[in-house]
Amino acid sequence: MIIQALAFYAFAAVTIAAGVLVISARNPVHSVLFLILAFFSAAGLFVLLGAEFLAMILIIVYVGAVAVLFLFVVMMLDINFVELREGFLRYLPVGGLIGLLLLVELVLMFGAWVFAPESANVAQAPTPSNLSNTAALGALLYTRYVYAFQAAGMILLVAMIGAIVLTLRERKDMRHQKIAQQIARSRAEAVEIVKVRPGQGA
Amino acid sequence: MFEIGLAHYLTVAAILFTLGIFGIFLNRKNVIVILMSVELMLLAVNINFIAFSAFLHDLVGQVFAMFVLTVAAAEAAIGLAILVVYFRNRSSIAVEDINSMKG
Repeated sequence: MIIQALAFYAFAAVTIAAGVLVISARNPVHSVLFLILAFFSAAGLFVLLGAEFLAMILIIVYVGAVAVLFLFVVMMLDINFVELREGFLRYLPVGGLIGLLLLVELVLMFGAWVFAPESANVAQAPTPSNLSNTAALGALLYTRYVYAFQAAGMILLVAMIGAIVLTLRERKDMRHQKIAQQIARSRAEAVEIVKVRPGQGA
Repeated sequence: MFEIGLAHYLTVAAILFTLGIFGIFLNRKNVIVILMSVELMLLAVNINFIAFSAFLHDLVGQVFAMFVLTVAAAEAAIGLAILVVYFRNRSSIAVEDINSMKG
């Protein structure tokens, strides 16, 4: 019990500290690296909650794909980041005020909130006790939520095609192979046979 | 103190969400950090979903958290693609330069 509590406090502290550093780091590359740290420790929190599959997904998809995509873009674009940080301190008071207000509201809400007694009986899909987390999630996802699952796949497909369409560019100075013109050539327009008599060649 | 309940996880998620909002205000010029703040907020939402799922013994929360992850990944991909195209055209990603539509 105490180990669990210590692990929770460690993961929570690292997550929040990394979150603070994401938004306050001077260099966006460091921001991305702290974002990766935040995802890792949030995955630790997920494991503590018994959601092992989502913890793995978070590490594989987020750290492996999304965060690396961020890293690529940050390093690929040649941006003057010092210029972008101007006004950092100017926005601090109003941003801090709004953030503080939001936090106070959320904490007040948590303080005055309890589960309804009948809420234990309205579970849509009670966690089965004889299955592992991954198996239970798969059994639910591929049966009752199969249409939502397909829709999620469509969203990813559209995002992939959209990203390709947006970033692919036809460069004017590049030479492309024109296969149709190559195939449509006939022998008559390509080769000419010239009879050359001896001694008369130019 | 040593009994970790739902409120602990909800507090962590609330702090993370607030950090995301704070980050958007703090880095109003840098679109990349704004996108990262949005990712932080979505992570906080996911922590909420999974905490409720675990403490109510209901798996639907985890299924929905997976959909949130999907949409967040798609959003990051499209957002960064737009950013790359914008940088190619204007050689800048400062938010206040995005004003040609006079919106």
